[in-house]
Amino acid sequence: MVLQQHNISDNNFEQCIKCTICTVYCPVAAVNPAYPGPKQAGPDGERLRLKQASFYDDALKYCLNCKKCEVVCPSNVRIGDIIQAARLKYDTNPPKLRDYVLSHTDFVGTFSTFLAPVVNKTVKLPIVKTLMDQVLAIDHRRIFPTYAEETFKQWYEKQEAEQKNFPRQVSYFHGCYVNYNHPQLGKDLIKVLNTLGVGVQLLRKEKCCGVALIANGFVTRARKFAQVNVASIRESVITREIPVVTTSSTCTFTIRDEYPHLLDIYTDDIRNQIELATRYIYRLLKEDRTGLKLKNRMIKVAYHTPCHMEKLGWAYYSIELFRLIPTIELQILPPRCCGIAGTYGFKKENYRTSQNIGASLFDEIEDDTIDYIITDCETCKWQIEMSTSKQCKHPISVLAAALE
Amino acid sequence: MKFDTVIMGGGLAGLISGIYLSQQGQRCAIVSSGQSALHFSSGSFNLLNRLPDGQPVTRPLAAIEKLIQVSQAHPYAKLGRENFESLSHQAEQFFRNIDIPMYGSVEKNHYRITPMGIMRPTWLTATDFVISYEEDRLPWKKVALFNVSGFLDFFSAFLIEEFACLGTTCEVHTLDLPNLGRIQKNPTELRSIHIARVLDKLSNRNYLIGNLKEQSADCDVILLPACIGLEQADIVPYLSEKVEKPVLLLPTLPPSTVGIRIQRFLYHHFLSLGGTYMLGDSIQSGTMKGGRIQEVYSQNHQDISFSANHFILATGNYFSQGIIASKEHVYEPVFDLDVAYQTDRQQWYNPILFKKQDYQEFGVITNRNFQGIYKGERISNLYVAGAVLEGFNPIHEGSGGGVSILTALHVANLILNT
Repeated sequence: MVLQQHNISDNNFEQCIKCTICTVYCPVAAVNPAYPGPKQAGPDGERLRLKQASFYDDALKYCLNCKKCEVVCPSNVRIGDIIQAARLKYDTNPPKLRDYVLSHTDFVGTFSTFLAPVVNKTVKLPIVKTLMDQVLAIDHRRIFPTYAEETFKQWYEKQEAEQKNFPRQVSYFHGCYVNYNHPQLGKDLIKVLNTLGVGVQLLRKEKCCGVALIANGFVTRARKFAQVNVASIRESVITREIPVVTTSSTCTFTIRDEYPHLLDIYTDDIRNQIELATRYIYRLLKEDRTGLKLKNRMIKVAYHTPCHMEKLGWAYYSIELFRLIPTIELQILPPRCCGIAGTYGFKKENYRTSQNIGASLFDEIEDDTIDYIITDCETCKWQIEMSTSKQCKHPISVLAAALE
Repeated sequence: MKFDTVIMGGGLAGLISGIYLSQQGQRCAIVSSGQSALHFSSGSFNLLNRLPDGQPVTRPLAAIEKLIQVSQAHPYAKLGRENFESLSHQAEQFFRNIDIPMYGSVEKNHYRITPMGIMRPTWLTATDFVISYEEDRLPWKKVALFNVSGFLDFFSAFLIEEFACLGTTCEVHTLDLPNLGRIQKNPTELRSIHIARVLDKLSNRNYLIGNLKEQSADCDVILLPACIGLEQADIVPYLSEKVEKPVLLLPTLPPSTVGIRIQRFLYHHFLSLGGTYMLGDSIQSGTMKGGRIQEVYSQNHQDISFSANHFILATGNYFSQGIIASKEHVYEPVFDLDVAYQTDRQQWYNPILFKKQDYQEFGVITNRNFQGIYKGERISNLYVAGAVLEGFNPIHEGSGGGVSILTALHVANLILNT
């Protein structure tokens, strides 16, 4: 029994047959030789860590949690989860002030929207960028997302009564990005869903999904937020029988899969009723294809599949929505990591790796005669807009703009 | 989700049938749980190297009748002689049409070199690899053999010895690549792909050309481990041109750069034809009515089903979990199709590793039209192709690639003709 304690884990690392396919497709291992790759960082390392915690390798911090390793694994090993769980369990380095600032999107967002005009200007100043680089180790080449002067929640409160009139209802998990940075996406979603006869509510209580907190080691706080979110989602989908939709692929992935796998929060009863809005709309249109009347302006766009979207397997629904619009010529870019991975690319020590990972994607985007890029992930958007000359839009916003 | 054909499995068989059907105008989806065994490819595809009794085969067309007589459940026996021949030609044409250049023909096997330096017969070989048309000699008197320092998945010493037996002398050189960094400090983790990422860089091209040229003065050919050309197939011809001497590759231990390249190439080709490829997902169940599959359900898509007129099961062998062996039985996990295997577990394997292993012949039972069978009843719109099939022993016979390619094209033909 004592022997077994050091051999059996909560995850399935023993399913690994050492085929190395994960390392072939790891975007970090391809550009950063300091990262040993998912096979060694995940299942190989786990076997050693179970024997003795001191085998933990600090290089695991280079993992950007894109989950490509899990997507390509022929043996269904949860390699990414093994690596993230090891970081949470064994990494004893206290998080830096920088990590706190980057990962507490809720707190920073509340403050920044309140002072939006000042904050937006300040973070663009070269002196501030240099200071953030030198003091906080947030790379000076990064461009920060701007903050809205009115949060999505504040705007929504004025629409709430009207939304209740629709015969069909969904709850919307908007996430920090829509709330603090880009309320327009939330407004676009409401426009599209209203056209389809669906009213939009907010959850009783919504906290940040916690993805950045998990990545930066604030696991207690992440779990607290997760519990609030899961309780609200449960209240909506079980008590009130109203499904939950989202617009961020990463928030969605975190709630569905990272909560149970990394935070030990039970979600089986609600997991299938929280989905991306594109998938929800796909369902609606399957019932009735006449719901959307669209404009006639021809555009050419390219779809970029975010890593967490690839892991969810749901890029299909976003892509199918565009196939419905006859005036859109769609090119599908092969799924490649853009390199930002949320807070990862903002960190000074990761900037080079981050840009090198995305390089081939950026080249492909620049090469084409496309009007703009479509993607479901806000951080992919920041990365692509910073690193290429193209604008990046959410599928819901494109759909909203195409409505008559 | 509605398609003409849904293909379960995204390896060699799945992609070939997907590409072929898409070329003929079908709307196809491939659902693949993880990457395929192509990542272990030698750079060659075997068609038939030995009959089940061990007798060597030089001309597959001359041997096929005998195979059909002795082994009736064999996929080639189900195809029959005529189909075997026409599909082999169709396959050779298929690779030419989609720009994957391969040596070889069904008329006569040629020889490839294993990572241990042994000659093995084969059907098709990527054109940047070493081949010989004769079993007992190489086409060169003296070769310059290069390895990368610290790389343990390539065995110069074995190659020197085996080549000497064939009357060819080897001159061995080492390339020092400084930018392998930390991986080089841990040589057990240094794989072919790590080296390929360095050698493929444009900035290292001159260093490589300089070294190859300088150290191969009196040699007929330059041989490199297959640690180059992960993305582009034209690097090796380019090097040949620059050093003014033939440059060719020898296989390494996995992962296989050439296999990855072929996988990527097929994948991109499938996408360019408008195919939907879902990686990291797996079909978990299906609904059946009147001996037909109506819809299948996957892990990622849950209640949103895939419906199609036809389905192809190309989920691979044990490696890809297309069939699974438990302690008591061998089963097919998606539909629980009828599987051929020996009930006495002791008969599954031979304790001598290099002898013929019977477990490799276990697989999904089909009728002569490669339709799957569930509890004795045929499923009329489910075709089975590739390594998941019963009745052949890929290692013992040297027939794995051929079975995948030929059955994939065959079931695609059957679907198009219904």
